[in-house]
Amino acid sequence: MFGLSALFLARFQFAFTVGFHIVFPAFSIGLAAYLAVLEGLWLKTGRGAYLDLFKYWLKIFAIVFAMGVVSGLVMSYEFGTNWSQFSQKAGPVLGPMLAYEVMTAFFLEAGFLGVMMFGLNRVGKGLHFGSTCMVSIGTLISMSWILSSNSWMQTPQGYIIDEATGRFLPKDWLQIIFNPSFPYRLVHMGLAAFLCVAFIVAGVGGWHLLKARREGREPSEQVRLMFSMAMWLAAIVSPIQVLAGDTQGLNTLEYQPAKIAAMEGDWESEGRAPEILFGIPDMETETTKYRVELPLVGSLILTHSLDGKVPGLKDYPKEMRPYSPLLFFSFRIMVALGMLMALVGVWSLLLRWKGRLYDSKLLHRVALLMSPAGFIALLCGWITTEVGRQPFTVYGLLRTDESASPVALGSIETSMVAFVIVYFIVFVGGMGILLNAFRHEPHNNEEGPDEHQPHMSAGTTQVSHHPRSHSLAE
Amino acid sequence: MIESAYWLPVVWAVLAATAIFQYVVLDGFDLGIGVLFLKERNHDHRNVMVNTVAPVWDGNETWMIFGGATLYGVFPVAYGTILPALYLPILFMLLALILRGVGFEFRFKMKSSASQFLWDSAFCGGSIVASFMQGIILGTLVQGIPTKNHVFVGTPFDWFTPFALFCGLAVTIGYTLLGSTWLIWRCEGELQKTMRRASYGLGVLMLLCIVIVSVWTLNLHTTYMDRWLVWPQIALIAPVPVATVVVAAGLFLGLRHAPSQLLPFVATLLLFFLCFTGLGINIWPNIVPPSITIWEASSPPQSQAFLLVGAMFLLPIILAYTVYSYYVFRGKVTADHHYH
Repeated sequence: MFGLSALFLARFQFAFTVGFHIVFPAFSIGLAAYLAVLEGLWLKTGRGAYLDLFKYWLKIFAIVFAMGVVSGLVMSYEFGTNWSQFSQKAGPVLGPMLAYEVMTAFFLEAGFLGVMMFGLNRVGKGLHFGSTCMVSIGTLISMSWILSSNSWMQTPQGYIIDEATGRFLPKDWLQIIFNPSFPYRLVHMGLAAFLCVAFIVAGVGGWHLLKARREGREPSEQVRLMFSMAMWLAAIVSPIQVLAGDTQGLNTLEYQPAKIAAMEGDWESEGRAPEILFGIPDMETETTKYRVELPLVGSLILTHSLDGKVPGLKDYPKEMRPYSPLLFFSFRIMVALGMLMALVGVWSLLLRWKGRLYDSKLLHRVALLMSPAGFIALLCGWITTEVGRQPFTVYGLLRTDESASPVALGSIETSMVAFVIVYFIVFVGGMGILLNAFRHEPHNNEEGPDEHQPHMSAGTTQVSHHPRSHSLAE
Repeated sequence: MIESAYWLPVVWAVLAATAIFQYVVLDGFDLGIGVLFLKERNHDHRNVMVNTVAPVWDGNETWMIFGGATLYGVFPVAYGTILPALYLPILFMLLALILRGVGFEFRFKMKSSASQFLWDSAFCGGSIVASFMQGIILGTLVQGIPTKNHVFVGTPFDWFTPFALFCGLAVTIGYTLLGSTWLIWRCEGELQKTMRRASYGLGVLMLLCIVIVSVWTLNLHTTYMDRWLVWPQIALIAPVPVATVVVAAGLFLGLRHAPSQLLPFVATLLLFFLCFTGLGINIWPNIVPPSITIWEASSPPQSQAFLLVGAMFLLPIILAYTVYSYYVFRGKVTADHHYH
């Protein structure tokens, strides 16, 4: 296809599927925690608005979770189809971790999802809240395993390499799981997931606040409550995220300096390095063109001292360098969005303090505009960390071109086309449903998934009473 | 160490087989429900059919992810040879499962009957393709995957054989029977009657498929033939075909007698179990026939032991809350009233 190699297509396919997939688990992680908080607050205070919001976002959760499950199903098999050499070599280390993820997290989520979705009237309140918590805990455990195994690929330790087969053999599981970059990535990703949801909820809240104002009515209690909660989350989490990102940068400098050099667009290793705000790294001429830079700031950010030494790409042979232009921009987009989110958070605090949180049209518009910001930043962050690991699948040890499967180019081409078509259908369908759901305002006595019809609802639909229900049959 | 290197793969082979069987059983009936959509045009009935599995299908699907992850973690060589060999069938199966899964969730959110028809078709078509591909995968594995030094050396279309395609058909029929007998158990009234009628035909077809696939398999490789027709093994495994006959009789008895609503489903499950056992007898101790044994395909003992410790504690817990979830949503599902 367009003269592209099987290796390139396999990489592109993985990037495409994982990029599509990652959005939904991030959404589920944040949303499940939000749901648990909402239900908990409802049980504690008895305030109906919490339950209304719970039911409103529960319906969103069902769609998001299903899209996560089906797109994730692909991921667990793609290692074998396109990356069989990687699977055989790294399988003894990574396979058990993935299997643990399934056993400790996926089953937990899927097992309690039914009760969470449809069980409010079938089991007691306490049991139902327990199920919601189980689903939320499941998403967090799942994230931990994935981040641990991904981090191991970035900063491997606790293994020995088998001479005969070239396989990684586990030596110390604690070292493998708690590898050097794991804690930083876990915190960074967890906060990112919360921010994604904070800004989606804020965006939906902002939209309904604007709409209420346009229609000249007071916004409902539910809308105000969800906007307020989302802004609290943004105000608290985004500054912490800036700090978490900074510490992860330090960790990356220690273990993956080439990645840092590529992110920064630095070619020469130097102390008192500037921070390049803008530029276009050129891998051929080994320069960064059109530089706009702040003197000394590069060293300051990366080493927390003015004359700290910052690595340059020329320290590494050409075939060992990650592709800088992509990293340079994805990293900057992530940072810029992160700063913007923190700014919105602080701004909301100011307005709240002045008692104008629900009156500022500008804030509501910005919130609406920024609703996908968390997801874009998240994707850019993953591009930075994954492209930065190149040209290795296991950093410094197993090259990407030694990881691919012996499959025919035609097979990968076919699958690429098929994936794009199917994911497109799923994405368009899912987005349509989500946007349609967001258009409705959460209101008093919000319906849950199991109360009215026709709705996917555990056998409790009263479809026969519904005028639409016979349209297909007759 | 030598001892654990011997028995760990055996334990894991049994566990992996159990997980795959668990998947076949659980997702089998909801795939079958999708296939039955093809014939069932009544909108209320369709909703009831889907509602019998709505609270549990995510959990069912998880067994498949578990199967993949276990293979990857415990038998990486099998994972790395089977998946490239079955690249296209696995691809089409996954895509079909995606369409089916979202069709499942999306169809109820649709306002117009046209868009609902679209997702109904995705659910139905996805279920048919996924079932058919799973049969092809099974058939290709049984007919053997050519490898050299643990790397797949065949062509992208090795799976395109009459035997594998027939297995695709057989598995689709089997899943549909699982679906129809499940619905006999979980539904009542008109829908139950329809499913009872459908189950007769499907039952006959399934038995026919079992006979054809069995005979065909024996003729694929001399090793398969030897395994079944040589004394004293024959005495040990003869109960499998005998039991099949008995269970088949049970199935039709259950279909004939209206009060027995659970028996047809249980009988179908047993049929699947017996077929699965027969398959295991055929390929043991290979995991990738004809040449890679479970020991050759294994990850090192330290990987297998690490995972086994967790599995021993976690799998019983998983089974417990899976049963609980089924228990919460027990009882007949109907179109016109809530569960209780």
